[in-house]
Amino acid sequence: MKMDLLTSLYVFMLAAFIGFEVIRRVSPLLHTPLMSLTNALDAIAVVGAILLAGEYHAHGATLAKVLGTIAIVAATSNIVGGFLITDRMLKMFKASGPKKP
Amino acid sequence: MTNLPGMEYIIEITYLIATALFILALKWLSSPTTARRGVFAGELGMLLAIAGTLLHRGIVEYKWIFIALVLGTIIGVPLGKVAMTAVPQRTALSHAFGALCVTLVGTAEFYLRTPNVPRFMMGVLSMEVILGSLTFTGSLMAAGKLQEILRQRPITYKGQNFVNLGLLALAIVVAGMLVAHPEETQLFPLIVVIPLLFGVMMIVPIGGADMPTVISLLNSYAGLSAAAMGFVLDSKLLIIAGALDGASGLILSVNMSKAMNRSFSNVLFGAFGQEQTAAGAVRQARPVRSATPEEAAAILAAANKVVIVPGYGMAVAQAQHKVRELYDALTKRGVDVKFGIHPVAGRMPGHMNVLLAEADIPYDKLLDMDEINGEFPQADVALVIGANDVTNPAARTDPNSPIYGMPILDVDKARTVMVIKRSMAAGFAGIDNPLYYLDKTLMLFGDAKSFVGSIVRELGGGHE
Repeated sequence: MKMDLLTSLYVFMLAAFIGFEVIRRVSPLLHTPLMSLTNALDAIAVVGAILLAGEYHAHGATLAKVLGTIAIVAATSNIVGGFLITDRMLKMFKASGPKKP
Repeated sequence: MTNLPGMEYIIEITYLIATALFILALKWLSSPTTARRGVFAGELGMLLAIAGTLLHRGIVEYKWIFIALVLGTIIGVPLGKVAMTAVPQRTALSHAFGALCVTLVGTAEFYLRTPNVPRFMMGVLSMEVILGSLTFTGSLMAAGKLQEILRQRPITYKGQNFVNLGLLALAIVVAGMLVAHPEETQLFPLIVVIPLLFGVMMIVPIGGADMPTVISLLNSYAGLSAAAMGFVLDSKLLIIAGALDGASGLILSVNMSKAMNRSFSNVLFGAFGQEQTAAGAVRQARPVRSATPEEAAAILAAANKVVIVPGYGMAVAQAQHKVRELYDALTKRGVDVKFGIHPVAGRMPGHMNVLLAEADIPYDKLLDMDEINGEFPQADVALVIGANDVTNPAARTDPNSPIYGMPILDVDKARTVMVIKRSMAAGFAGIDNPLYYLDKTLMLFGDAKSFVGSIVRELGGGHE
């Protein structure tokens, strides 16, 4: 348990550093799509909700199922809506002129 | 890992690949040329992770999972198809959904695990639930204000900061008590309900102009609560996705705060609205020069270089397509047209870029503040459409101005400044703008959409 926790903290710290470095490079032009994309990625929390709704629980099964199901609905709508709108926005960004490379 | 040890590894491998794809997705988002590939990487990663999870041998019942997945898709599709002008409220709403998911899972986990919750686990669980619930109501409030279901004006009262900070402190104290005595389950509802209330109270004093910062901050909270959920469930994938989202929100909030020359705490606890009533009171009627569409068109047609500065007013008037016609008409005459975009123009980070890109204006003409400011002295005309405070030279020159020190677009350095505005009424922040009284400034009074339309007609362009 103690080691797991420590590993998780390392993972969090490294991911935060990677996040800062990668996202710093995103042009201000794309800050709106950035927000909708990270929002969709964040909805990976659906994984936890799926396990909560689907796994066997000796007690509190109804609570787990109800809350888990609502949580899946909320996260899935973010996944579907988030990816859809990000792609729609990015499709609109076009460079000027029919430049031939 | 008894009956199907191989399966566990396969699931973990799908999570590992999904994590790599998520990081690549954000990396590819750095440039418009690779950005769509980034979305694809994100989708692939998401699909892999969900498929992997469904293979989990611990899942005994699939019925509700599939019903929920279908229902979520049915809700998600229209949310992905909203008009571009509605993107800020859609984003706020999606922060609320994300936070709702995290809060519900956290709540269920607590009741499933109690009374055997280790201290550290209780700590992160509290963090997950507190951040999740305050983000949920906070984002709903923000979405309501942006959709104008709720009044956009900040509502302030005496002792507001005391009440808000007190609520937050109370939630943290209760969380501390739960960490010390995890068996006191009757305390748990408090760390859901108090932050729910705090979320509402936090947004009450926030006005429309502060929305870019607030949305970014809520984005960051949503990410951090998901990362906390990752600690609770021991899911590295979730920790990483949450950390990436948290980092992204934090970077954007810092950007937005800097662009308004304000600290986080000032945005959340400063209630900007109060200071400006004082600032607005000292306004006096001073003469301004105004011009007709014909005059404006003549000046624009004679220019070599024009910089257009759009603001939220352009979005409200839905003028972006007329602005594109103006861009076309001027470009056809050989005028160099660029757009100068302030980081906090609009209601969320990057809002103006999306609207202008939707109107088919090439993205290489959309320049951010640092890029465009050096070009104003060479510009013949700076045309301000529906922007106010971000062009206010008082931010540079008047230490008594509430926005003193805020980085602005230096439109006053252009040879001629034109401002399209409905009337001389002060902008959202209620601060008077000395730009309007300069000799080089021409006020173009009218609705942004119809005024730009009239200029386009004068220039002999447009599709009417």
